[in-house]
Amino acid sequence: MSVLVGNDTRLIIQGITGSEGSFHGGQIKEYGTNLVGGVTPGKGGQDALGVPVFNTVKEAKEATGANTSVIFVPPAFAAGAIIEAAEAGIELVICITEGIPTADMVNVNHTIKDLPTRLVGPNCPGVISPGKAKVGIMPGFIHQPGTVGVVSRSGTLTYEAVHQLVAVGLGQSTSVGIGGDPIIGTTFIDMLSLFAEDDETEGIVLIGEIGGTAEEEAAKWVVDNQLKKPIVAFIAGQTAPPGRRMGHAGAIIAGGKGTASEKAAALQDAGISVIKSPAEIGTTMAKLLHS
Amino acid sequence: MKIHEYQAKELFRKYHVSVPDGFVAFSVFEALVAYDRLNVGTAVVKAQIHAGGRGKGGGIKLAHSRDEVKEFASQILGMNLVTHQTGPEGKEVQRILIESGIDIARELYAGIVLDRAKSQFAFMVSTEGGVEIEKVAAETPEKIIKEWIDPDIGLTEIQARNLAEALSLSGKQIDSAVVIFTALWTLFSENDCSLVEINPLVVTTDNDVMALDAKMNFDDNGLFRHQELLDYRDVSEEDPAELEAGKFNLNYIKLDGNVGCMVNGAGLAMGTMDIIKLYGGEPANFLDVGGVANPKTVANGFKIILSDPNVKSILINIFGGIVRCDRVAQGVIDAMETMEVNVPVIIRLEGTNSKQARELLEKSPLEFLVATSLADAAKKAVVSAIGGAQ
Repeated sequence: MSVLVGNDTRLIIQGITGSEGSFHGGQIKEYGTNLVGGVTPGKGGQDALGVPVFNTVKEAKEATGANTSVIFVPPAFAAGAIIEAAEAGIELVICITEGIPTADMVNVNHTIKDLPTRLVGPNCPGVISPGKAKVGIMPGFIHQPGTVGVVSRSGTLTYEAVHQLVAVGLGQSTSVGIGGDPIIGTTFIDMLSLFAEDDETEGIVLIGEIGGTAEEEAAKWVVDNQLKKPIVAFIAGQTAPPGRRMGHAGAIIAGGKGTASEKAAALQDAGISVIKSPAEIGTTMAKLLHS
Repeated sequence: MKIHEYQAKELFRKYHVSVPDGFVAFSVFEALVAYDRLNVGTAVVKAQIHAGGRGKGGGIKLAHSRDEVKEFASQILGMNLVTHQTGPEGKEVQRILIESGIDIARELYAGIVLDRAKSQFAFMVSTEGGVEIEKVAAETPEKIIKEWIDPDIGLTEIQARNLAEALSLSGKQIDSAVVIFTALWTLFSENDCSLVEINPLVVTTDNDVMALDAKMNFDDNGLFRHQELLDYRDVSEEDPAELEAGKFNLNYIKLDGNVGCMVNGAGLAMGTMDIIKLYGGEPANFLDVGGVANPKTVANGFKIILSDPNVKSILINIFGGIVRCDRVAQGVIDAMETMEVNVPVIIRLEGTNSKQARELLEKSPLEFLVATSLADAAKKAVVSAIGGAQ
C-alpha cells in the first residue's frame, strides 16, 4: 500500500491551462497518474492534456468523480482555489504554488479545518507513490517503489534523499513534500501517523529545517504514540544565521526559536536517528532497516 | 519587508494608534527645525535603522534643550550604530526621529505575530515593557498574555478588554488600550503585516496609553496588493549583493566563510552549507538559483558569489529534476568562458542526464573538479578553499 496517492487517485489539475499546470500536468500524466480533468475558470468545455477542462471544481468533480486536486494557480488566487476544492468535497488537495500571503493561508486553514479535506502544501513539490501515482513536480524517474516513507519540508533535498535511498537499494512507499511555508496543511505529525498505519512502510525519513516547532512536535508525537518504525532525520540549516529567511518563508530562526540544534535534540531524545550530514540519509536508513 | 520606526508611526497615526508627536530628520538642520516645530522642552533623538537595541548602542538620547538636540543629532547622524541585531559591523545612521518627550508612568509591551503551531495570529501583551521580549518569553513566559485571533471576526472587544485588564490597567486607561489594540489589529490585517510590535507601550503620567516605539514588518508575499507600502522600503538598509541578486531573481544571503555555494532549492542549499561546515569549512553564502538553472542564472550566480572577496572556492550543487543536468553543465561552461573565475570550481550534478553532464564537463578545456557525491563535493570544496587561502 501507499499513502495519500496511489492507484485509486482520480486527479484534476487546477490551473491546467497555465504554463506551470500544462507543463507539469504533462509530466504527471506521462508518469501514469490517473488524470481525469482540469479546471480553469472561463475555459470550461475545452480539452487540455487529453482531458476535459471545467470552469469550477464542483463541475469537474461531478463529471469525473475526482478525489484529488493539484493546484498550479498563481499566488494571488491560490488560497481561493484551495477553498474551492475543499468546499467541492475533494478529499486531497495538493498546492504547489509558492508565494501565497500568510494571512490567506490563515484563512484557508480556518475555513477547511472542519471540512473532510486534507491539504498538502502550499509551496511544496507534492506527493508521489512510486510506480502508482505522481501528483507534483518531482522528477518521477529518480524514485523506486519500496518500503521507506519520506516526509520533508524541502523540495530538492527530498530528491537528494530519494536518490540516496535508491543508491542503497531502498525504494519508497510514498514521498511527500509538506512545504516550506510558515502555515501549511499536512504536518509532520499527520504524515508520521499515516506512515505508522501503513503496513508497507517499514522506515521513515524525516527532513526538517530551521524555523517553527514542527519537528519538536513530531518528536513529541513519536514518544506519545510509541512509534516503533525506524526514523532517520536530518535538519537543514545548522549553519543558518538567526533572523534571516533562508529562501523558504518558513525557514527562519526568530526570537532565538527554531534552531537546528533544538530540533535535533528533541528528535534525538525521541529515539530518532538524527544525522548531521545530509549525505548519510540513505546509508543510515539501510543500516537501521538491516539491523 | 522591514520599515523604520518613524514610518511605522506614520501608519499608526493613520489608524489612530496614539504616538508622540515627531518628525524625521536627515540632517542636523532638519533636526533643529523639527525640534522648533514640536515646541517642547524635552525631546528624544532616535536613530532610525532596521534593527533593535538602539538605545543600548547609544542611538537614542534624551535632549533637554535646543543645544542638546543639536549635539545629539550631530553625534547620532552618520554614526556606526552597533546593536545585538546589527552584528559587529554595525549600521550607519542616515535618518533620525525627533520626538516630544513623554512622562512615563509604566512601560508595557504589545505585539501581534503569527503563531505557526496554531495557524493563527496571536495578540500578545506583557507588563514587562522596555526590555527584550525574547528574554521575557524565555525566562518568564507566564508574563506574556495572548489572545488568538479568529480570522473571520478579528480581534473582539472582549479580547481587547481581556488584554488591557491583563496589563492591570484601570478606568480610562482600559478604554484607551482597547482603542489602540483594536486599531492595531485593523492596521495589521489590512496591510498583510508579519509583525507589529510596540515596546514600550506606555502609560503616561496623564493616564494616556501611547506607543512610544513602533516596529512593523510586512509579509513579502502580500506586498503585491499594497503597492503604496513599497515607498517605505529603504534599500540602504539591505546588503548590496543581496539586493543585486534579487534583481536576477536569485535568493542570496552573504555569510562569513570562504566556500561559495550555488545550489538549486532552499533546503538543499542549507544542507550544502551544513555539509561544508561538517567537513571543516565555512560557507560564504546561501544561494538558491531556483528551479531554472540556465546559463544566465549560473552566470549571474557566479557574479554575485565572486563579488565577495573572501570566496576561495565555489561549490555548484544541482539536483536536476525537471532541470536537465546537461543544460546546467552547458550553462556553467558558457558562463565560465565569458567571465573570469579565478577560484577552483567544484561541480556536482545529479539527477536527469547527469551522465551526459559529466561528459560535457570532462570534455571542456576549462578546469573543474567534478564530484561524484554530495560528500565528495563538500570535501573537495573545503580542501580547495583551504589550499586557495594559503
